[in-house]
Amino acid sequence: MRKTLLALATGLLLAGSVSAASAADKLKVGFIYLGPIGDLGWTYQHDQGRLALEKELGDKIETTYLENVPEGPDAERAIEQLVRAGNKLIFTTSFGYMDPTLKVAKKYPNVHFEHATGYKRDKNMSTYSSKWYQGRYIQGLIAAKMSKTGVLGYIGSFPIPEVVSGINATILAAQTINPNIKVKIIWANTWFDPGKEADAAKALVDQGADVIMQHTDSPAAMQIAAERGKLAFGQDSEMIKFGPKAQLTSILDTWGPYYIARVKAELDGTWKSEDTWGGLDSHMFAMAPYTNMPDDVKKMAEDAQAAITAGKLHPFKCPVVGQDGKEVECKGGDHLDDGQILGMNFYVKGIDDKIPGK
Amino acid sequence: MELVEAIILSVLAASTPLLIAATGELVTERSGVLNLGVEGMMIMGAACGFAGAWLTGSIVVGAICGIVAGTLMSLVFALMALGLAVNQVATGLALTILGIGLSGLIGAGFVGERITPAPHLYIPVLTDIPLVGRVLFGEDAFVYLSIALIVGVWWFLYQTRPGLILRACGDNHVSAHALGYPVLRIRTLAVMFGGACAGLAGAYLPLAYTPFFIPGMTAGRGWIALALVVFASWRPGRLVVGAYLFGAVTILQLHAQGWGVGIPSQFMSALPYLATVIVLVLLSRARTGGSTAPAALGTVFVPDR
Repeated sequence: MRKTLLALATGLLLAGSVSAASAADKLKVGFIYLGPIGDLGWTYQHDQGRLALEKELGDKIETTYLENVPEGPDAERAIEQLVRAGNKLIFTTSFGYMDPTLKVAKKYPNVHFEHATGYKRDKNMSTYSSKWYQGRYIQGLIAAKMSKTGVLGYIGSFPIPEVVSGINATILAAQTINPNIKVKIIWANTWFDPGKEADAAKALVDQGADVIMQHTDSPAAMQIAAERGKLAFGQDSEMIKFGPKAQLTSILDTWGPYYIARVKAELDGTWKSEDTWGGLDSHMFAMAPYTNMPDDVKKMAEDAQAAITAGKLHPFKCPVVGQDGKEVECKGGDHLDDGQILGMNFYVKGIDDKIPGK
Repeated sequence: MELVEAIILSVLAASTPLLIAATGELVTERSGVLNLGVEGMMIMGAACGFAGAWLTGSIVVGAICGIVAGTLMSLVFALMALGLAVNQVATGLALTILGIGLSGLIGAGFVGERITPAPHLYIPVLTDIPLVGRVLFGEDAFVYLSIALIVGVWWFLYQTRPGLILRACGDNHVSAHALGYPVLRIRTLAVMFGGACAGLAGAYLPLAYTPFFIPGMTAGRGWIALALVVFASWRPGRLVVGAYLFGAVTILQLHAQGWGVGIPSQFMSALPYLATVIVLVLLSRARTGGSTAPAALGTVFVPDR
């Protein structure tokens, strides 16, 4: 029996596949992916970025990727494997790779690393991320306009600041339209499990939510919304195929330009450790076409997008009031500063729930 | 009341793939073979099942493709573990890794496509009965098939002579061999049945649950099915209880979050696994009436000819 359980445990740890092209003295660029490249979400979009990179600089570089790399100790091995294979610039594309990346970066000072969505840096390790909360704010406006029941359903992955700030941005926006808007939040405790994401979406619809938003990676929730005649927002990539009558818009990760810029810097020898946090203005992400909504809602969304892009509208404009009814300290002048948003671990007033584990 | 009905419907759908896969593995293990490749066979069933359904437009063809894919995978296992007497644990794990990789390859061309999911039954009058109607007469056919399957397996194992022989192989292959039973042939058939069930369970996901294919979409359900067989102490009746309990906890914890019950969601997500661990402990402490696991489980058998 003990053998069985041991085997179960090892089985869960294994699961990775390698793919590589071949060439002699081109710059080798490596990518570590959390999911399969066909996940149609997070990893898929990173891989689209890699493909854009190959298209642009394919004669000068060679890319390799490892997919299905679990966050944790396995990641360290995978990153090191890329280093040993001669990759000089390595992108690790999930939050949970932060410490493993840092560890490997310290071990190999001559290799450059780029870690997505983290906050730890070193002289050979950059970080990069997007201000998705800007997109979530636009979604919140649309959701409040389109909801008939006044109840929004939100599927979260893990209660990390990125997800929490997305929820807050959504609600702050929705409250400007409907001050009494309610949100039901279900944590899937996974980034990728289509079945569970579908279950969560069903539970939200069954409990009265008529607009579904998700911060998990598969189109399962979109498909449930479509099946039940509700509305939904896509995540990471275009999901309209799974809900032609359901998708309102989707936040599209567009990593290509960033990857191209960073690899060009590496080729020129000008690469240095940086912290990039780009929003709508720097095209780190885009909004999918606004669909399945009346023209006035569409116009409102487009206006909000233009205002955010121009820097005229900030989703976390002060005063921001926490659940305890107290105003949050306003460190960024007339809005919360980046640090407060990146480390956000509280819900704003109007969310009738608690962050798990707090 | 509608909410209760909706929850029961969700629980049935969530439990069905687990029940089908675990039923197959139960038969395999009762014959004395431990096949840890359920996850790999399931995901192959998902990929091939979706491919079949997408190409032909028929859910039935899809389900058959899933069954065939799972069976073929299990034959690879049978060849290695039974034919060549390779270590079963290692072979099973390898089968899972093979299945995850191969299914990604097969499914690559189908990612992003979608199909019309298996229709839910509708029997006039019966399906319209409040509360129980949709549960008893309004789910997709797989749900009822899974129940028929486990009842059939129970009947086979405990009410028929071939079932008795299969269990004998699992408990003492030397004696079964001495009595003249073809142990390896019986075990091969049991492994194939396990593969067919895993393939069908995998196919259920893209055919009825979430009607698209994504690599890795089984997301560990094969491992849960394996755990369920242990949870059920290798008995069909307890397997049904285990599968629905697991599904119920999974769904209810999602609803509890929506209601704002103040229990951390991480804890509730872990509940089904905690339950499995507790049952394991209870089982190992209360060893009354002999061992619960098939005595020859996981051991290699090479007949001396």
